[in-house]
Amino acid sequence: MIDVINLYKTFGDNQVLKGLNLSIGMGVTQVIIGCSGCGKSVLLKNIIGILKPETGQVIIDGQDVTKMAGNALSALRMTFGMLFQGSALFDSLTVAENVGFNLIEHTDLGSQTIAKRIKEALSLVGLYGIEELMPSELSGGMRKRVGLARAIAMRPKIILYDEPTTGVDPIMADAVNELIIRLHDKLEVTSIVVTHDMVSAYKIGSRIAMLYDGKIIEEGSPDEIKNTNNLTVKQFITGAAKGPITEGESFNHNVLV
Amino acid sequence: MSFNKGFNEPIAKFKSLMRYIGGMVILFIETIFWIFIPPFRKRQMLDQMYKVGVSSLPIVFLTSMFTGMVLALQSAHQMQRISAQMYIASLVALSMVRELGPVLTALVVAGRVGASITAELGTMKVTEQIDALETLATNPIKYLVVPRFLALVIMLPILTIYADFVGMFGGYIVGVFKLHIASNMYLNMTFNPLGLKDLYTGLLKSVIFAIIISIISCYEGFRTSGGAEGVGRSTTLSVVTSFMLIIAADCLITALFYFIGQ
Ligand SMILES: Nc1ncnc2c1ncn2[C@@H]1O[C@H](COP(=O)(O)OP(=O)(O)OP(=O)(O)O)[C@@H](O)[C@H]1O
Ligand SMILES: [Mg+2]
Repeated sequence: MIDVINLYKTFGDNQVLKGLNLSIGMGVTQVIIGCSGCGKSVLLKNIIGILKPETGQVIIDGQDVTKMAGNALSALRMTFGMLFQGSALFDSLTVAENVGFNLIEHTDLGSQTIAKRIKEALSLVGLYGIEELMPSELSGGMRKRVGLARAIAMRPKIILYDEPTTGVDPIMADAVNELIIRLHDKLEVTSIVVTHDMVSAYKIGSRIAMLYDGKIIEEGSPDEIKNTNNLTVKQFITGAAKGPITEGESFNHNVLV
Repeated sequence: MSFNKGFNEPIAKFKSLMRYIGGMVILFIETIFWIFIPPFRKRQMLDQMYKVGVSSLPIVFLTSMFTGMVLALQSAHQMQRISAQMYIASLVALSMVRELGPVLTALVVAGRVGASITAELGTMKVTEQIDALETLATNPIKYLVVPRFLALVIMLPILTIYADFVGMFGGYIVGVFKLHIASNMYLNMTFNPLGLKDLYTGLLKSVIFAIIISIISCYEGFRTSGGAEGVGRSTTLSVVTSFMLIIAADCLITALFYFIGQ
């Protein structure tokens, strides 16, 4: 179980999370949707403990991540994998060293075993023969997939994906969806997936939650979300320009004339 | 109202200054702590030592060579008037070893290496690579700061000794070939007045300067926010702060030894 309880996070005078509650069962693929800038990435970073909230708790296996530090936190993170929105590859290391970072740093495996595991992880995301390239030599979509390979290389129990399909082509995006589903089915991984892509959300999600104004305003199965009566959620999932989210805001198209 | 505002602003400034200094002290203490925790990253440290040391050799060579020559030339006129040319050798040697060797080398390294450390760590910060490091259960201080810190603390004194000798050599060229002081006379007057104490005050200074450069440049790197512009800002800040602290520390240490020496 991952229990996020009453989480508050503020940057300066920008209150991003305002008492957020979310409960994620083991083995569940929890999709989180929400507008750009509403705090989805901030939520993921709080769950893995690289940002600390002002108040609130994140309970994983009975331990409060927000209060952990040092070795206990490191040990917990070994069971996590995280794909960053901007990939966050180490640009002084090769692709292989990036993907195998944890294996090299934290295990006693021999270099041949590690090389094999790196190759496997890369093949899972459809990349071959790029081990010796530097991240700066890759395209944006390739970087994302290398980031994904790095996140799953240690075979973690919990994987956090920050927009896994943004910036990759539609065919590859579907392959990424399939990969997330397979990791869930075969390895019983618990996943938290932040995405804007509703097709992918319905396809991979066992549960979908919508983050709006610092809180989870709706949570349910894909079907429940599809048939929701909440107008805010409805506007978001149908992608309508008019609705409660954009009330009072407008795009000024007149400047084009 | 206006009284409150006028009063609050300096307090806020003072608080943020204290936070800044406190942050640096904490980074220093944590770095010392992590030095003794295995695994020891020999390869990364050697990489950094190469970056700090070997690649700084040419610029340190030029700076100290010219400084030694200028020192000899500047003092020549005065010394010739009282026919004490051979003391030029001692003057160059003592100023290089006690003062100019450590300070000039530190300033050159702060500008070259300190700036590049801040730019590198700052870029890693704004592209979330530091966050990624943490999610991969790796302590950024252990992984990034410790190798840079050790490389600087080991290499800066070595560079300083090198600068001392190059500076003396610069003085020697001017003294022997321009001012026609006999070569063995010049060498005698160079090494006779040098005591062991001169050497190790110089080296002590350079160790302290190395600590200042590495901690400030890493701290500024970690504090970076706001994209490419932020990286530029913190790189400038890192060099300026290092320069000021190096000069201030130099003054302090020199004064300390002056009073102890009495
Ligand atoms: N390190 C930070 N310092 C200051 N403000 C931050 C920081 N990280 C995020 N924010 C602010 O928090 C808010 C939420 O950011 P976040 O990155 O979580 O959005 P998001 O929901 O992931 O958006 P997107 O879908 O565009 O990625 C934004 O207003 C952002 O300005
Ligand atoms: Mg985001």
